[in-house]
Amino acid sequence: MAKKNKVVIMGCGRVGAHLAGLLDSQGHQVTVLDVNSTSFRRLPPTFSGNALLGDGTDEDSLRKAGIEVADAFIAVTEGDNRNVMGAQVAKHTFKVPRVICRIYDPLRQELYRNLGLEALSPTTTFAELLRDTLLGKEK
Amino acid sequence: MYIIIVGGGRLGYYLSKGLLSEGHEVLVIEKDSLKVERMEEELGSICMEGDGCEASTLDEAGTERASLFVAVTNEDEDNLVACQVARHMFNVPRVIARISNPKNETLFRALGIDVTVSATNLILEHIGQEVPTRPLVHLVELKENKQEIVEVRIGSSSPSIGRQIKDLSLPTGTILSLVIRGQAIKALTADSYIEAGDRIVAVTNADAEQILLAELAG
Repeated sequence: MAKKNKVVIMGCGRVGAHLAGLLDSQGHQVTVLDVNSTSFRRLPPTFSGNALLGDGTDEDSLRKAGIEVADAFIAVTEGDNRNVMGAQVAKHTFKVPRVICRIYDPLRQELYRNLGLEALSPTTTFAELLRDTLLGKEK
Repeated sequence: MYIIIVGGGRLGYYLSKGLLSEGHEVLVIEKDSLKVERMEEELGSICMEGDGCEASTLDEAGTERASLFVAVTNEDEDNLVACQVARHMFNVPRVIARISNPKNETLFRALGIDVTVSATNLILEHIGQEVPTRPLVHLVELKENKQEIVEVRIGSSSPSIGRQIKDLSLPTGTILSLVIRGQAIKALTADSYIEAGDRIVAVTNADAEQILLAELAG
């Protein structure tokens, strides 16, 4: 992502807020959506993007967030199913070029990967990281 | 027929009760152990405690041999995912999802859910039929080909009054099939005249219904 991108992030939890801060500091145009406005307190004080109250599975909220001109959509709410649905709306309804979602459940991650969603599972990734850390230290 | 229902709330309860009485094999998957208990007290051991969106739960439930899979929880996204898992991992031939937000109907169908049932839309349509001032009422949606059967009410100042069907410029794909005139029901032909107070039943589609309405009722 060398150029400056328009990115919509669904879910302003720890990961969403941190990612928003990272992308924003690199000059990307970030809009964060969350159903709870208190979540926006997690955003870093330097954050210059938009924080919008709204449901990332709802087409109207997504339109307000600028989904129609977005280069990327990232779904990182606490609920796997919400992420899956938001990602599918972004991909199939709004044809966003790059859609990534977080799915904790590895089986669901596998299914939605097969269905063409770019799905990441913190469960498998972190378990692998832990294993590598552990075994790396043993050696 | 083996039918799996996800969600043991009120809707899930009455649905399984009805299907059981028709002699089907029913399994209800419900997260809440209290609801599972209540349901089994009344309907026998037809429940399984678990998350109907999880592949492992559905595997245990023998979803592969299910002929029908119905997701009726309160959450649209849970119903979507449960149906997609059933369809794509277990090849269930027919999946049905309950929808709370009518806006999700198009999306769900685009994502391969065979049938969606929106309680909100059903209630709106029923109320709509009871509101006498509404000139156009949707009676049935024929979802496969986007056609619909509607009723158009001819008010006292409608432009079509006194005209024959053949003189009206109707949108393509629209057929006026019959008229309810007082207590009588008549089939409409090209030579039929339109009268004030008529209720005309027509087959049309979503794109043409406003043109039809303008031509008939003004």
